[in-house]
Amino acid sequence: MAARIQIPREARRGEVIEVRILIQHPMETGYRHDDVGHLIKRNVINALSCRYDGVEVFRADLSSGISANPYVQFYTVAEASGNLEFSWIDDEGERGSERQSIVVRG
Amino acid sequence: MRFAGLALAAAALAAGAAHAEERAIPPGELKSGSAFLGSDLHALQNDEFANPGMLWVERGAKLWSEPAGKKNLACASCHKDASIRGVAASYPKIDKASGKLFNLEGRVNACRVDRQGAEPFRYESEDMLAITAYVARQSLGAPIVARIDGAARAHFEAGRAAYHLRRGQMNLSCAQCHDAQWGKRLLSETISQGHPNAYPAYRMEWQTMGSLERRLRACLSGIRAEMLPYGSQEYLDLELFLAWRAQGLPIETPGVRR
Repeated sequence: MAARIQIPREARRGEVIEVRILIQHPMETGYRHDDVGHLIKRNVINALSCRYDGVEVFRADLSSGISANPYVQFYTVAEASGNLEFSWIDDEGERGSERQSIVVRG
Repeated sequence: MRFAGLALAAAALAAGAAHAEERAIPPGELKSGSAFLGSDLHALQNDEFANPGMLWVERGAKLWSEPAGKKNLACASCHKDASIRGVAASYPKIDKASGKLFNLEGRVNACRVDRQGAEPFRYESEDMLAITAYVARQSLGAPIVARIDGAARAHFEAGRAAYHLRRGQMNLSCAQCHDAQWGKRLLSETISQGHPNAYPAYRMEWQTMGSLERRLRACLSGIRAEMLPYGSQEYLDLELFLAWRAQGLPIETPGVRR
């Protein structure tokens, strides 16, 4: 599962930063049928979380109402230099993760 | 003297009429498909991070430098990045070696088979979409240039005929919507001019990336006409005509469309 993360490379301590993530995933709803009429099993990313230096700063429970290749954006406060690490899991148990570092000054 | 002037005027008029007949939409009125989008999709396309098509471009960038096939060559082994800038804007074009008309997919597969000794990519496979999206992205902003002289002329004429052919249960040609009715409403949608400059593109309806031919097939299905197999000659010819029709429009790949 490919993913892209975007956060500022650098920030001032206490600055509110924008965090964006885009994950490649079909987000199969479970309501569609294949060419021969069989129901396609639901397979969506059901949990997505983000840890900032080990501390969870964001969590979302996604469901079949979210489009394919989900895009999530949120804000957090830059407290210290470190890593933002995303991890997620889909209905089939496949896990993905992606991390990016930030330098905090001041 | 007066007679000669009249004759000249008549000749100019005839030339003007022929020109107008040739180009249904004058260059000054050309509008990319993005001009028919809502502000949300327009913003999504222009957001280099959030544009979901960039997932394929990124994958394409990896494929570009990954050695493949019996000869263990990557695209990047032969092509330096600067040399493919603007190249996609001139497709479809005649391949000098075979004399055949190639779209970008055809070019990629010819390289894979002949130069890399690798299996060709299937149309609409993730790899094909990724590599064509990556290559087209290197031409971002480059104006489409279609050459219709020489060996391309016959393909151009066939493409023009295909574009104007009424087909399917609805008995519609491409021209009836995209030349004669663009800008008007079709149910909740605004009819676009039908230009190819954003493909491969990410379509909301598909929830994924797709090639220009997939888009052509969607139109054909919409008018209840027969869909041809991917890579068929009629599609290639039509792609050349579409490129000529869109001459000058900038490449937007990966476009975001409804």
